[in-house]
Amino acid sequence: MEKEKAEQEEQVVNPWEVSAKGTGKIDYDKLIDQFGCQRLDKSFVDRVFRLTSRTPHMFLRRNVFFAHRDFNEILDAYERGEKFYLYTGRGPSSEALHLGHLVPFMFTKYLQEAFKVPLVIQLTDDEKCMWKNLTVEESKRLARENAKDIIACGFDISRTFIFSDFDYVGGAFYENMVKVAKCVTYNKVVGIFGFTGEDHIGKISFPPVQAVPSFPSHSIYWGMGSDDASGHSNFVDAMMRQDPYFRMTRDVAPRLGYNKPALIESLFFPTLQGETGKMSASDANSAIYVTDSQKDIKYKVNKYAFSGGKDSVENHRKYGANLEVDIPFKYLSFFLDDDEELEHIRKEYARAAVTDEMVDAFMAVRPLPNMFN
Amino acid sequence: MIDGVVTGEEDGRSPPLRREEVSPENMRKGGGVKIVVGDKGQSQASFSLRPWRHCGFHPIGEMGFSKDQLLDRLQAQQIQFSKYEHPVVMTVEALAKYVGHIKGGLSKNLFLKDKKHRFYIVSALADTKVDLKVLSQRLGLGKGGLRMAPEEAVAEILQVPLGCVTPFALLNESARHVSLLLDQGFKTQECCFFHPLSNDTSISLHIQDLDMFLNSVGRAVAYVDLEANPPVGKDQPPDLAALVPSDTLSITDVLEKTASLQVDSGVNSKPASVTAKASKLSSGSHKEKLANSAKSSSSFADPEKLIEEILEKASAVVLSEIKEENIKQHGEQLGAVVSSSIRKNLSLELKNLATMFKNTAYTEGFGAGTRCPAKRL
Repeated sequence: MEKEKAEQEEQVVNPWEVSAKGTGKIDYDKLIDQFGCQRLDKSFVDRVFRLTSRTPHMFLRRNVFFAHRDFNEILDAYERGEKFYLYTGRGPSSEALHLGHLVPFMFTKYLQEAFKVPLVIQLTDDEKCMWKNLTVEESKRLARENAKDIIACGFDISRTFIFSDFDYVGGAFYENMVKVAKCVTYNKVVGIFGFTGEDHIGKISFPPVQAVPSFPSHSIYWGMGSDDASGHSNFVDAMMRQDPYFRMTRDVAPRLGYNKPALIESLFFPTLQGETGKMSASDANSAIYVTDSQKDIKYKVNKYAFSGGKDSVENHRKYGANLEVDIPFKYLSFFLDDDEELEHIRKEYARAAVTDEMVDAFMAVRPLPNMFN
Repeated sequence: MIDGVVTGEEDGRSPPLRREEVSPENMRKGGGVKIVVGDKGQSQASFSLRPWRHCGFHPIGEMGFSKDQLLDRLQAQQIQFSKYEHPVVMTVEALAKYVGHIKGGLSKNLFLKDKKHRFYIVSALADTKVDLKVLSQRLGLGKGGLRMAPEEAVAEILQVPLGCVTPFALLNESARHVSLLLDQGFKTQECCFFHPLSNDTSISLHIQDLDMFLNSVGRAVAYVDLEANPPVGKDQPPDLAALVPSDTLSITDVLEKTASLQVDSGVNSKPASVTAKASKLSSGSHKEKLANSAKSSSSFADPEKLIEEILEKASAVVLSEIKEENIKQHGEQLGAVVSSSIRKNLSLELKNLATMFKNTAYTEGFGAGTRCPAKRL
């Protein structure tokens, strides 16, 4: 799979590119088959409702999170009173997070509250430095800025740990990286991620970095100590296109003596104009920021739906024209639901309260004695 | 009628001009008089109606520097400048009428803000084309990331009147985190004109002196080729990214200071904005958002304010539900209806509030803990 093909025979989904076949929509069923994960159906949603005694999050009900691996095992573990923790992440490639970026975080926050479990958030500033050719300083800065937006989603500091790769990789984390790396051959990683001979070695050696937080070893799980933690499961909440990392991780896990991480996946929420992951390259007016008013949102969506049909130049625009109108529009109709509207306005208040000290506290390695309370 | 206007041009004799006091009398009559004497003997005079209209300073706790304080400082540092007084001007075109014939580059000054409430002054020669979209990209903010800052911000952050944006505003504490971008073109001019914190005066000085002066008060200055349009893309990172202020604390500081002023106009008059009335929500003005976030950010640290806010929101819901029609409809059950309405409308919001409160408290504790001196054993 190469990035930026002129014509696509098949749809392309990998961590750095998402595009549909021709002018069509992403075929999620095909994706599920191709990746080998499972659909999240209503029985799951009902089970979550029973186990957590609260209404399942809208994203579950409306199938925004639609695929999973071993989610049922996590639910089994939870039912038995066993512990698990959450892991999600963000590649800080742009300044302001827009709605699409925040969806997984909103959902993760719900999971944290519903199941009362700790959460690890990884900011892959090193990845963006490599893939987007940012300077180290710039990617670290973006990571911190994004951390503020993420914190403003309302994560509980006494059970949340945020870290940036540049700050944190080393020590026990690096030991795990090496252990993971030893389990994945060059050919395999090329097969999974589509690297070529032209890609620099930084990229090729990056995947273990994203794999390690899936393992509840000492490096992530301080308060508990590695002995207690080794039996714990990990539940990853990610976007569908991150699946390749987790296929690799699940493959490696048993060889290192860990449980395979379970995974729940969401639909893509790119900018209205298409997934480039890089706001600066696309027209910022066509992305929806959390600071946008309802009027702004409607305007932007209407504008796009209108012009979508004419654009046929770039592939991801084509992809945008169909999918973006469909899903985000449907999704946006959620925002006419009162609660969600409040949520988005509320974020404005919360964001102002996120100080640098708070970011430091979230990102400090510290014991979390109450992380399961 | 307007008193005491003397024009050199009018009677052709150029008598020595004096500066006349603007008295309250004059102002009330609708005429303001400014007779202007330039340092080098130039003279202009004109009428202006209510010259102080735009110079309304918001009465914030710390007053910003005044023009005279600034000029004193410049003189103390032995910086050469020429001062020109003129009627209040709000635009470069208007300014040009008064000082355009004098040698030196006129500056246009833009006060900008990005999506993350960080502020920038872009000061350029009047002829330099400034494209906000390009600048936004070069700063790494995306194409539409930069906007003109709202009028309130000019007063609150720069502490100068409208139409008076100037690099000198960076003297003020409140403008601590504003990033200054100076047109490279200034370097080619012998001297350039800027407002010294008041738009009834302009001073011209060599740009290097401005530079030196700002450095002496600890403010960094960056020269930018504002007309350049380098590509920004995957392999070309934004060239001006370093000029983005790294601290966003100033906006909360400023907001907290102005909260007491804006609360009346913002929050109290629209308690219903909290309830689930979709139409009202969309009309939330920027000012209201600022006011609300100011109020909320202090309620995250202060239990009293937190409870106040919670009770206020709850009361608002209760009051909105107790209407004649509801009373008729539900009668005795109104209590249950109101109660469930409160839950429905507020539980998510209050949970978030409480979480932020907890996070803030934890952060304070964390800060204290990490700075605690080691216990002596």
